[in-house]
Amino acid sequence: MNTLHIQTRQVDEVDVLDLAGRITLGEGSLRLRESLQVYSQQPRARVLLNFSEVQYIDSSGLGELVSAFAAIRRQGGELKLLRLTRKVHDLLQITKLYTVFDIHEDEADAIAAFV
Amino acid sequence: MVHSYHEVLRLESRLESVDRAQSQAQLFALEAGFDETGRHQVAMAVREIVINAIAHGNAYDPAKRVKLEFELTPAELIIFIQDEGSGFDPSHQPDPLSPENLLRQSGRGMLLARAFMDQIDFQPTPHGTSVRMCKHRPGSNGQGNGDAAPRA
Repeated sequence: MNTLHIQTRQVDEVDVLDLAGRITLGEGSLRLRESLQVYSQQPRARVLLNFSEVQYIDSSGLGELVSAFAAIRRQGGELKLLRLTRKVHDLLQITKLYTVFDIHEDEADAIAAFV
Repeated sequence: MVHSYHEVLRLESRLESVDRAQSQAQLFALEAGFDETGRHQVAMAVREIVINAIAHGNAYDPAKRVKLEFELTPAELIIFIQDEGSGFDPSHQPDPLSPENLLRQSGRGMLLARAFMDQIDFQPTPHGTSVRMCKHRPGSNGQGNGDAAPRA
């Protein structure tokens, strides 16, 4: 089972994290948590998670996403999602998290949507 | 393709067992004739219930096992998952779809399993909790494959 790889780049003043692999209980969730922890501790972070190469996420991964979203928001920041694969999209619909996250298909649109 | 099949696995209460259970579920779903989406749904349901059994039921106790049982009938793929924990009452779990619970970190595993399988039942046993899940095989009487929208 492949794990999660994360590459970070900056576009304008937004940190874009390109995710590839699986976000599941154990290593994948832990890696995501560690990568997002820094943003949950800084004021007004702007974070865009690119899911185009994430084929699989489980309830543990969803929990990490929600936890990071709430922590970043508490610091006045924003976390948005980009290019969900169909499986991830379905899970966000089932769990109603589609109503929580701001989700975009186009990176430029997503960057422009940050306040 | 066989029309009736049965296999039992006894899993250790550790994280690696979750991936093993998921892989085995993929194989059985393939044998049952499910398409890629259907196989994903079965495997994810098994993954989530096995996580519950290992983490919450057995609390990662190395002395305890999770029994995972697959049964293929002409009409259904049936999966039993039994832990050796102190019991679990799903009716006492907070609703993960309630607005006040949407930002909770945990509690979505059972919701996903319910959405992806046709039926799921929890049964307390003298030695833990037993979960029975089933999904209609493609070409039987139900919708079978996973192209239809999952039930939330």
